[in-house]
Amino acid sequence: MDGSAQPKRLLWQEAVIEAIHAETPTVKSFRLRPDSWTGFTAGQHVDIRLTAPDGYQAQRSYSIGSAPDASGTIELAIEALPDGEVSPFFHDVVEVGDRIELRGPIGGHFIWDRPLGGPILLIAGGSGLVPLMSILRHRAVVAPEVPAVLVVSARRYDDLIWRTELLRRAAEDPNLKVIVTLTREQARPGLRFGRIDMGLMADALAGGLPALTYVCGSTPFVEAAANLVLAAGVPFESVRTERYGGSKV
Amino acid sequence: MATRGFFGKRPSEGESGRLPPGQYLTEDFPVLSAGPTPRVDLDKWSFTLKDGVRPVARWTWDEFAKLPHVKLTRDIHCVTKWSKFNTAWSGVMIDDILAEAGIDPPTAFTLAHSFDGYTTNVPTADLIGGKAMVATAYEGKPITPDHGGPARLLVPHLYFWKSAKWVNGLQFTQRDEGGFWELRGYHMYGDPWREQRFTGD
Ligand SMILES: Cc1cc2nc3c(=O)[nH]c(=O)nc-3n(C[C@H](O)[C@H](O)[C@H](O)COP(=O)(O)OP(=O)(O)OC[C@H]3O[C@@H](n4cnc5c(N)ncnc54)[C@H](O)[C@@H]3O)c2cc1C
Repeated sequence: MDGSAQPKRLLWQEAVIEAIHAETPTVKSFRLRPDSWTGFTAGQHVDIRLTAPDGYQAQRSYSIGSAPDASGTIELAIEALPDGEVSPFFHDVVEVGDRIELRGPIGGHFIWDRPLGGPILLIAGGSGLVPLMSILRHRAVVAPEVPAVLVVSARRYDDLIWRTELLRRAAEDPNLKVIVTLTREQARPGLRFGRIDMGLMADALAGGLPALTYVCGSTPFVEAAANLVLAAGVPFESVRTERYGGSKV
Repeated sequence: MATRGFFGKRPSEGESGRLPPGQYLTEDFPVLSAGPTPRVDLDKWSFTLKDGVRPVARWTWDEFAKLPHVKLTRDIHCVTKWSKFNTAWSGVMIDDILAEAGIDPPTAFTLAHSFDGYTTNVPTADLIGGKAMVATAYEGKPITPDHGGPARLLVPHLYFWKSAKWVNGLQFTQRDEGGFWELRGYHMYGDPWREQRFTGD
C-alpha cells in the first residue's frame, strides 16, 4: 500500500506559532497549531506561504518532524541557510504568537505507517532528519517491534538535531540501531567520522536487508546515499527519497 | 494575509514577469525524484510508442539518434517551487517522432513511461504542435543520469514532474489516467501559471 488519503483540495490555512526552540546553532524547531488540522502520515510535509505587505509571496516546503498525534499541533525544524529567503526569516523574525500560512499535509510516497512494516532503514543528511524523526517517533508508538536502523550524517556533534532524544532512543530501544557520522569533527566514542561510505553501509545492513529504505537530505547527499544503498544490494524499488535541494550542478 | 515582518527577496522586475506564482528563481539545477537514480545502458535503451497496449513503433538508441534533432530553450518550473530560466535542451520533437512512426495521435490522452516504473499523464495536445520533445542533451552535453539521462521527456510549459526522466515510451490512452504523482495527490494537468500543484488547485 502506498498513497495516503489526500483531501480533495489542499486549502491554505493559518497556524499559530506556539513554541520555538534552538535545536542546534543553525536549526530551530517550531511548534505550529493550524486552525483546522485533520492529521497526517509520518514522512509528509507542509507548504508554507509568506506574504509581504505589497502582496509578494514566497512558498517553501517543510517536513513534519513530530509523530501523528491528537495534539492538533505539528513540529517543524528549519535550518537557516545563509543567503536564504525563507529559512532566515524563520530564524530571525518569527516569534511565538505569530500567525503563518500553510497547507498540507503533502506527499504520498515518502511516508511510513504500520501496515508498510519493516525492517526499515532511514538515512538522514542534516535537516533531512526531520521526516525520518517523524517516522521513528511514530514507529516507537505504533510498532516498536519493527526493526529500524537510522543513519544520521551531521557536520559536528552540536549540529545533531534532537540529539538528546536520539541518543536516548538508541540506548532504550532494543529494535533500534542509530549510527551517527560527523563530517567535520573527529569522531567521539561510539560515533563515526567522515562521509557515509560502504563501511558505514555494511554496519547499517549488518542485521540484514531492509524491506524499505528512506533517504532524505540535500540533493547531493541523497544521490550519494541512494547510490551506496543500491551498491550494497538493496533493491531499487524499496528505496524512497526526498531531495531538499542545494545542488550545484 | 500579510505575514508579520516579511518583506521577501523579490526577483528583479524583468524576472518577475517570467516567474509563475509561488515560484522563485534558481541558478542551480535541483532534482526531484521519488527514488534513487537509475543507470540506463545505451545498448539496453529503447523508446516505444503504444496505442493502448499495442506497440506501434520502437527505436533503439542508435535508431533514435538518426531522427531529426532540434534545440529547445525554455524556462522550467518545478512544483517544489524553483524555476530556472533559459534551460537549453536538444532532442527529437514529439511531432517528428509521430511522423517517423507514420501515425496521427490516436487518442487525446498520453501516459509517459520511464525505465524506473515512473509514469505521468499529459494531454496529447500538450505534446504536439512544437510544444514537447524527448530530450537527449542539456547545454550541449548528454543529459546526466540524475537529470534523467540518457533521455527525458521535456514538456516545459507544465510543472517539471510532467517531464518524465529516464523516459522509455509514450502510451496513448482512451481516458486521462493519472501517473505516479497524480495518483498521490498532485494535479492531473499541472499548469504553473494557474498554480495547479495539487488535486483541486
Ligand atoms: C519536500 C521538502 C521538504 C523540506 N523539508 C525541510 C525541512 O524539514 N527543514 C529544512 O530546513 N528544509 C527543508 N526543505 C528545504 C526548504 O524547502 C527550503 O528549500 C530551504 O529552507 C531553503 O529556503 P530559503 O528560502 O531559506 O533559501 P533560498 O532563498 O531558496 O536559497 C538560498 C540558497 O541556498 C541554496 N539551497 C537551497 N536549499 C538548500 C539545501 N537544502 N542545502 C544547501 N543549500 C541549499 C540555494 O540553492 C540558494 O543558493 C524541504 C524541501 C522540500 C522539497
